[in-house]
Amino acid sequence: MKLKKTIVFMAAACAAFAAHADITVGVTLSATGPAASLGIPEKNTIALLPTSMGGQKVNYIVLDDASDTTTAVKNVRKLISENRVDVIIGSTITPNSLAMIDVVAEAETPTISMAASARIVDPANPKTRWVFKTPQNDQQMAIAIAAHMANAGVKTVAFIGFNDAYGEGWYQEFIKYADTYKLKVVASERYSRADTSVTGQVLKVIAAKPDAVLIAGSGTPAALPQVTLKERGYAGRYYQTHGIANNDFLRVGGKNVEGTFLPAGPMLVAAQLPDSNPIKKSSLAYIAKYEAAHGKGSISTFGGHAWDAGLLLQNAVPTALKKAQPGTREFRAALRDALEATKDLVGVHGVFNMSPNDHLGFDQRARVMVRIEKGAWKLDK
Amino acid sequence: MDLQIALLLGQDGITNGAIYALLSLALVLVFAVTRVIFIPQGEFVAFGALTLASFQAGKTPGTLWLLIGAGIAVALVDITMALRGGASRRIPGIVGWNLAYPAAAAAIVFLLKPNEFPLLAQIVLALALVVPLGPMMYRLAYQPLAEASVLVLLIVSVAVHLALVGLGLLFFGAEGSRTPSFSDASFNLGLVTVSGQTLWVVGASLLLIVVLFIFFERTIYGKALRATAMNRTGARLMGISTVMAGKLSFLLAALIGAFSGILIAPITTIYYDTGFLIGLKGFVGAIVGGLASYPVAAAGAILVGLLEAFSSFWASAFKEVIVFTLIIPVLVWRSLTTRHVEEDE
Repeated sequence: MKLKKTIVFMAAACAAFAAHADITVGVTLSATGPAASLGIPEKNTIALLPTSMGGQKVNYIVLDDASDTTTAVKNVRKLISENRVDVIIGSTITPNSLAMIDVVAEAETPTISMAASARIVDPANPKTRWVFKTPQNDQQMAIAIAAHMANAGVKTVAFIGFNDAYGEGWYQEFIKYADTYKLKVVASERYSRADTSVTGQVLKVIAAKPDAVLIAGSGTPAALPQVTLKERGYAGRYYQTHGIANNDFLRVGGKNVEGTFLPAGPMLVAAQLPDSNPIKKSSLAYIAKYEAAHGKGSISTFGGHAWDAGLLLQNAVPTALKKAQPGTREFRAALRDALEATKDLVGVHGVFNMSPNDHLGFDQRARVMVRIEKGAWKLDK
Repeated sequence: MDLQIALLLGQDGITNGAIYALLSLALVLVFAVTRVIFIPQGEFVAFGALTLASFQAGKTPGTLWLLIGAGIAVALVDITMALRGGASRRIPGIVGWNLAYPAAAAAIVFLLKPNEFPLLAQIVLALALVVPLGPMMYRLAYQPLAEASVLVLLIVSVAVHLALVGLGLLFFGAEGSRTPSFSDASFNLGLVTVSGQTLWVVGASLLLIVVLFIFFERTIYGKALRATAMNRTGARLMGISTVMAGKLSFLLAALIGAFSGILIAPITTIYYDTGFLIGLKGFVGAIVGGLASYPVAAAGAILVGLLEAFSSFWASAFKEVIVFTLIIPVLVWRSLTTRHVEEDE
């Protein structure tokens, strides 16, 4: 009798489980290693994402890939084979995200990357059918900088960037558009984020007498070239990339980074956006939520990319649930289709309008030019 | 490239080279006395600088917790050993150094407000928190293996390094910090301007080197360290404790590391993982000196600094390649000129 009861109970439990399988979201991000300053706010943001979508419970499995390509791929394999995830969010940086494409395409698992390079969702590649991303492409940002320079009457530009994929990627994008805007790149220097001195590079830049300097680095390491340039008396215009958009940069740069221009997601200056901009409300809501959990001033735009990934999912999951149950191949395919069909979704960094050829879906609303003024970010015009 | 640029680069190279020189001296010292290739040397640079930056930002540095934790661990191990060995009279000393001292440091950090201290007091307090970690690390990680081969000690060093880098990220976060400079003065010497901080770095490095020289030549502890470095067994027969020598060399290495970090924090941004690369460049200097000669190691480190400055001007993308390639001709030259002595296993 007792045995029979147990069997009935177990059968009922199995039936219930099959009917209401939870949605499993696998996350791999770079919470340690060189990209930790990007990965940590993303990780904090994942913890704030909703625990239920379309009436289904959502479980998040968060793994750290230590900014390492091999670990990222290992994490993805583990998430797919052991945890049977329905969707993957990650990774933080471009090399990791590129390496993950093959694995997720093979397992037919939709993936939302939080890294910048446009190559991650390159439409020419059939494997990237399964991959989406939330950060603005470097290209959009490079055009913004080149246009801003041209408008300000800049003719010659010097470039100082990281000696890694970030700096190199920016250099390639920037020289592409420099020609279009009749800018001459007179010096191109590299440094490493761990360098304690960039005097050599800076002297070479100053010797080339450029009208403006573009520094392509991310986080606080991007402050060093600018501080050294200031100390050596360079008086031209300073441009930085959106990689510096966190408050630690302002803390380390201090008065040496006053007057710097950078392109950024609108989230960075959300409070200064006009009320008519739909992104304002969305951004402020996220900032309030994040700062309530992690303290005032803790916000970073990188966490916004993780939040946007969550918004995309919340938008796509109800549609996919109508077609199939979580945990199945059909659900993953339906989720992919629903993500690709995202229309007019207001995120914190822009408005998503996806299509089979555009797995980012941002337009010009996804970036603004920002100036650093009195130790704060100011919307430039 | 004109004279002015050459002078500026030279000044930059010597400033960085001075720091590398200090670290290379510490590496040679630790290797000579304990045969440990001290990879975590760089972590002391980062910990020293970031602890000071934490005080200035009005935060409690994580190194305080590390000091308390390491102190408790050392006290547990030592008290157990003392009780087993029937040397219970050593217990008050163990408790004093490993429990009372960190507690006193914690009391100062919490009861007084370190962010209102003058800079000098902040520096002393930062050193007081970071430097004792050196001997504690020796006690926990290296002393039980003191007779092991160089390779085993190297593997332990790698493990300690990785653990400390992880702790550094936990304590200080991923973003870097700068501290205000010791002096805002700058001196115009015709073609070039020399900043006060540069003079501080070079001056303090020279002073530290002189103090170390006097320590080794004139004091009984210094002589004990030299004796241990020359012949461990012989030194023991003469009544020199190798444990004491090991702890003392780690204390000096931690002091040199943390002080170097405090010296360069106003010039550059320090991250939780900056120390490793700085330590590696010091290591290149130490290799030039064959991990044995102090003056040659210091000269090698200055050479690394200069090479780095000039290569960052000419070929910035290949700077690290050029600096670390320096090690190859040096190794070739050393292996051709010196007779290799197999280590006893």
